[in-house]
Amino acid sequence: MGILFFTSLGVIQFSGLFALALGRQSRLANSVGSGGALVGALIGLVPAVRLFFTGQIMTVYRPWNIPYGSLSFQIDALSAFFLLPIFLLSAVCAAYGAQYLLPYRETKNLGASWFFFNTLVVSMALVVTARNGILFLMTWEIMSLASYFLVTFEHEKNQVQHAGWIYLTATHLGTACLLALFVLLARESGSMDFDRFESLRFHTDAIAGMAFVLALIGFGTKAGFMPLHVWLPEAHPAAPSHVSALMSGVMIKTGIYGLVRILEFLTFPEAWWGGVLMIIGLTSGILGVLFALAQHDLKRLLAYHSVENIGIIAMGLGLGLFGIATRHPVLACLGFAGGLLHVINHALFKGLLFLGAGAVLHATHTRNMDQLGGLITRMPWTAGAFALGSVAICGLPPLNGFISEFFIYVCSYAALGSPDISGPAGAGIIMGLAMIGTLAVACFTKVFGVVFLGVPRTACAEQAHESGWIMVVSMIILALGCVGVAGAAPWIVSLMNPVIARITGFSAGVVHGHLTIIQQPLESVTRISALLLAGIAGLALIRHRLLARKAVAQSPTWDCGYSQPTARMQYTASSYAQPLTRMFGAFLQTQCQYAAPDGFFPQAQSHLHTHTDDLFTRRIYEPVFRTMVRLLHGLYWMQQGHVQVYVLYIAITLLFLLVWTL
Amino acid sequence: MNILHPLLNPILALFLAPLLPGIINRTKAIVAGRTGQPLLQLYYDLFRLFQKSAVYSLTVSPIFKAGPLVGLACIVMGLTLVPMGGIPSLFGFAGDLVVLAYLMGLARFFTVAAALDTGSAFEGMGASREVQFSVLAEPALLLGLAAISQVGLIRPLTALPTAIPLESLSEMLARLSMSVWMADGTVLLLTSAALFIVMLAENCRIPVDDPTTHLELTMIHEVMVLDHSGPDFGMILYAAALKLWIFLALLAGLLIPVRTGNFWMDGASILIGMVVIAIGIGVIESINGRLRLIRVPQLLAGALVLSVMALVMVLWG
Repeated sequence: MGILFFTSLGVIQFSGLFALALGRQSRLANSVGSGGALVGALIGLVPAVRLFFTGQIMTVYRPWNIPYGSLSFQIDALSAFFLLPIFLLSAVCAAYGAQYLLPYRETKNLGASWFFFNTLVVSMALVVTARNGILFLMTWEIMSLASYFLVTFEHEKNQVQHAGWIYLTATHLGTACLLALFVLLARESGSMDFDRFESLRFHTDAIAGMAFVLALIGFGTKAGFMPLHVWLPEAHPAAPSHVSALMSGVMIKTGIYGLVRILEFLTFPEAWWGGVLMIIGLTSGILGVLFALAQHDLKRLLAYHSVENIGIIAMGLGLGLFGIATRHPVLACLGFAGGLLHVINHALFKGLLFLGAGAVLHATHTRNMDQLGGLITRMPWTAGAFALGSVAICGLPPLNGFISEFFIYVCSYAALGSPDISGPAGAGIIMGLAMIGTLAVACFTKVFGVVFLGVPRTACAEQAHESGWIMVVSMIILALGCVGVAGAAPWIVSLMNPVIARITGFSAGVVHGHLTIIQQPLESVTRISALLLAGIAGLALIRHRLLARKAVAQSPTWDCGYSQPTARMQYTASSYAQPLTRMFGAFLQTQCQYAAPDGFFPQAQSHLHTHTDDLFTRRIYEPVFRTMVRLLHGLYWMQQGHVQVYVLYIAITLLFLLVWTL
Repeated sequence: MNILHPLLNPILALFLAPLLPGIINRTKAIVAGRTGQPLLQLYYDLFRLFQKSAVYSLTVSPIFKAGPLVGLACIVMGLTLVPMGGIPSLFGFAGDLVVLAYLMGLARFFTVAAALDTGSAFEGMGASREVQFSVLAEPALLLGLAAISQVGLIRPLTALPTAIPLESLSEMLARLSMSVWMADGTVLLLTSAALFIVMLAENCRIPVDDPTTHLELTMIHEVMVLDHSGPDFGMILYAAALKLWIFLALLAGLLIPVRTGNFWMDGASILIGMVVIAIGIGVIESINGRLRLIRVPQLLAGALVLSVMALVMVLWG
């Protein structure tokens, strides 16, 4: 079993190296890199899937001559649960990327791009299997750097450089916290091995709380918890679309993995941990979708939706933690199951949506939704897949997004019944989820309606064409995944038993007992979904029969008797979202430049331009970093650029330390 | 309880739902002293529409044609989850209230997408308002139902229940007998008020939306379906009537505490309750004007606050 796993990683990594060596022979490098990633990822799926059926845990241990380090890997239920989406999405994105990157073959070194892509896949797989702190941090750093180089693919653009810089800063601030976290854990347990962390089982004291906070910041930065999310809306639009899909779909989930893994070491959690996570979840969820609603850039909008979905995951995990802390095993099982299931679901539909956005970008060369429209007749397959992804991300039945949200809803309704603080917490989550759900519907009807429906607003939308077959098939595979998870929901629950048992520390029997209460409702949900689809088909048949022998006419859209409709009369993304952005204007603080038309026959051109910056970037990070730069400028005189001076600094420091220790 | 009893609500709804808008319209006509349209007008309209052919806009895609189908199918599936007071629903299960709310969400998604598909400025306007109002209405609905789920339960004071009961909508409503009303009347009244406002918004009644207006600029739901015709429009009207039935059945189940266990008595009392509420809607529509669109969110936020208050009272009361 270990052989297969490492074979898979080897294939991916060596094909990446080979592609790098091929360098400027772009077409060949493109095929080798993506082909290797595709084959390797498919091989990697085997051990991950097998674990769920055999339950056998794979462990590899080799000594390593780095202090405190050891080459120790383990695929347990939790690792396998994260390996599934990592390998699946990597395979799909690799195939898609091969066709997506072809237009760049003349101008870009595709070999290098595939080298970093494959390195990213390998490092993600290693992150979720590493069992040693040093090893974990090293693979974590490789993952961050590989994704940085992928984000800056089009590094000649100013905007991309800026995005890359923000991502690099954010990810390293997060890693700094992780370093502190592991040093803290190692100080307590005397080793960097996860097995030792686990055997220690910190009990309720300040150290555990501090470790939790460090993990929350460190892993939260990668996952995109608000207010640490600022890199997401910058990096995702800058990256090539198959990379955005992979980063948003699974890379940010390694943050969730890390958090859950650390929680395993820190039993028993205190109630405030769950509370903090829930509040973070609510904030990320609601503000994430609100900021998404105000965007004009398709990929930036999707990036904010990742923040929203990470928020939903955090709500589930928060409820789970709460359940353990307040001794409600039902809440613990349902909450963790809902949060973790959403990890997989989000990987599927967000991967799909980013690939769809990539197809649109590929065909029209713009990410500005207000310049698009009517793409459904030009790109029917992309439009269909995107529509399915939209319904799924809104958490609507009959697709997979609903299943994980249903877990969290049921968990919250169950929490209402308990006399302690769980009641209000459940009520808050219900309100938050309902609001997020409707706002997501608003946002995705906007995206789908403005980009794919109606008539083209500009020439670039008019001349769009369907993407190549590999890209289309990649999207269809993910769409089928969304349908599959929803259809198989009642069976997936039992597969999740070992994962939940691992996190909560309950025995598999206890977890099984608590998760079965959702079994029957899930079966009903599946039945209703099937009946719904049958009903739609039946109604379509009825309408077909009713219209069969009648002349069905076509005419222009009704516009109040006005006979010359133009594409500019359509609602745009901005106007569609305006009532909501105004309702929540206090959070969004949209900046608006408006030159009104003047007089009865206005001569000057009027225009309206709105822009919604990230609230936290503008109000917190920018002022803080500006102040820091100003203060650091004060130390400019120390940097003379002469080697002698720097040697002097070193000598002075050494002298100082010597004196201090004496 | 007879195994056929849960069929009562879906069957009655499928046949009688178009009567409800008729009752509202008759009430309005009588209050205004007009002759008004006949009670069965919607039946005539539906019959006529299903006979007619359809006209489709030149710009539309299959999404436009899917809109009415998905809308009607969702509402019919929703019907199978709604109990009539003490008479359980057809497919009830724990957590079905979430499914009910989200089925309406799916219907909304496709109605709105169909509206945007026409590329019309008016329909975009209606769609935009529809999604705006739902953002406040849906939390109010789900929190209101959350409050009801806790009414009449024997709440443990200190001991933690190991098995937390998960209930279906039917079990929640079946519990609301007269004695529960005596004990927790305030909570139920607050929730009813919240759900009543949500009902007005979701079914495009005055003061949120005016179903009889003929000015596209001020409409919400009606303007979204301007381009539908023939059988498509028939399905939309029928789905709207069924949706009104769902909300009235829920409200009547909440407000009428008749839980004798006698099928005919319970069913008849809920039906009478629904008719009374429909007449009430007619009276409200007669004596109120439509709110300015800017004021509507405040009304819905009011509903949300009522739901939250009900929940606070039931959790700490």
